[in-house]
Amino acid sequence: MYGLGILQGLTVTFKNLMRKPFTIQYPEERIPQHPRFRGEEFTWYEERCTGCASCAKYCPLGIIKIVTHPGKTNMQEGDYYAIDVFDIDIGRCMFCGLCVEACPYDALFMGSGFEEGQYRRQDLVIPVDRLRKASKRPSTWFRPQLEDKGYNPHTGKELSWRQVGRHQQPSQEDLKEKWAER
Amino acid sequence: MTLKTEPVTINIGPQHPSTHGVFRMRVTFDGEVVVDVEPVLGYLHRGSEKLAEERTYTQVVTLTDRLDYVASMSNNLAYVLTVEKLAGIKPPDRAMYLRVIAAELMRIASHLVFTGFWLNDLGALATPLMYCFREREKILDLFEMLCGARITLSYMRPGGVFQDAPEDFWPALHRFLEEMPNYIDEYEGLITGNEIVLVRAKNVGILSAEKAVNSSISGPILRASGVEWDLRKADPYEIYDRVKFNIPFGGVGDNFDRYFVRVQEMRESLKIIEQCVEQVEPGPVRSEVPFLVRPPKGEAYGRVEAPKGELGFYLVSDGGIAPYRCKIRSPSFINLTILRDILVGWKLADMIVTFGTIDINMGEVDR
Repeated sequence: MYGLGILQGLTVTFKNLMRKPFTIQYPEERIPQHPRFRGEEFTWYEERCTGCASCAKYCPLGIIKIVTHPGKTNMQEGDYYAIDVFDIDIGRCMFCGLCVEACPYDALFMGSGFEEGQYRRQDLVIPVDRLRKASKRPSTWFRPQLEDKGYNPHTGKELSWRQVGRHQQPSQEDLKEKWAER
Repeated sequence: MTLKTEPVTINIGPQHPSTHGVFRMRVTFDGEVVVDVEPVLGYLHRGSEKLAEERTYTQVVTLTDRLDYVASMSNNLAYVLTVEKLAGIKPPDRAMYLRVIAAELMRIASHLVFTGFWLNDLGALATPLMYCFREREKILDLFEMLCGARITLSYMRPGGVFQDAPEDFWPALHRFLEEMPNYIDEYEGLITGNEIVLVRAKNVGILSAEKAVNSSISGPILRASGVEWDLRKADPYEIYDRVKFNIPFGGVGDNFDRYFVRVQEMRESLKIIEQCVEQVEPGPVRSEVPFLVRPPKGEAYGRVEAPKGELGFYLVSDGGIAPYRCKIRSPSFINLTILRDILVGWKLADMIVTFGTIDINMGEVDR
């Protein structure tokens, strides 16, 4: 029958008229990212970093630059290297996360942001001072210890370097059992 | 009195709204009929094969994401399988299931992109594209849970996958598996029986089975021509021999068949994912492989059935930490060889539609 096709088409139109829109108005509202989201602005804990440069070695593009000098000697925690330069050129970074995967001391984490646009290219190089000052909201990517805690970088609070390691700090009772009191 | 006419050569691309990516065709028309087509490639050449020679085996995974950027998981899978073949690594069972689930989700996403853009070529502008991208978005959300990224995934590693799926992935996957058949029904209701689509696509751009086999075409285009050839059945890799599924194939090899085979493949992919979710068992997801894989001297060719056809990696190892040679057999590039055969003799409007059904991806053609 002539006109039946038009009616059929219009039923689809009316069906969609009642539907809630799937799109969102971006700058006003944002889709929440998963805690595992590999985002910009790396989270770096200087206290955990030994300057071993595994991340720089494993980066497929070689965009991490690390310069260290021998730091002071600490009898309890061992000697360590002090970090002079820790530059990440996120202008060339592809956020594959291999640096985070390589870090043996849980010092480097992916960030959780995605809106770090800059006007100049040189601003995209994150210097060590900015990494030190940046808010510590690590992504749980490749860090099962954070996932087990149910940490969400978008809603959770900032984590200190003691809370992000893969090893738990032993409790006082534990220590008493294993070590004789002095 | 007869008018004196002469053929006109027109450039379509590299920046043209109806070509896919930076693809350029030098087309000679006689009036409105295509007389000759000459593809011009290389605008997106990044030298992925050469770059792979100076990266370690694990780092090359990130390069494979950028080959076919709407189906990164399949590229990861093909590369990782080849490295495992070369180095003799056996991934754990759970990792293989996770990889197959991811690759099949990617196949659905890729076919959704095809459906949307093909209808865009047909003149249905942005509406069907938005429908298809709505579901693709759900798949990308699943990938974000799985590996933290949406397009450039880098999910797989030689010897497994980098990390197990998070807990909230499985309920989300179940929800997707329940919703998706309804959405495919919706497309089929809108497109498959649509009179305009049928008139434009039926018996247009016919590719015979013989021609397709002779030009070493693979993937949905080959199956649409009536050849029942799917690497998942013909040369099962990973766990495809443990799941049951059918290979959809067409009869005529026209544009409509090429579309319809892809829609049916989406349904088959859903079936495969459902079976995988039932069969998967807890366990490790990554076997003990050092970051610097050092395969013994030798060579290996690994191939998978990517959404666009047979994707193969040929790696030669000289015993070092980086491949000595990496050759990529990309389906989009090989599938382009039939371009002249299926376009010549059709009109300008059909040319765009037929070209759309080859479903090329320039990232893969130029590598």
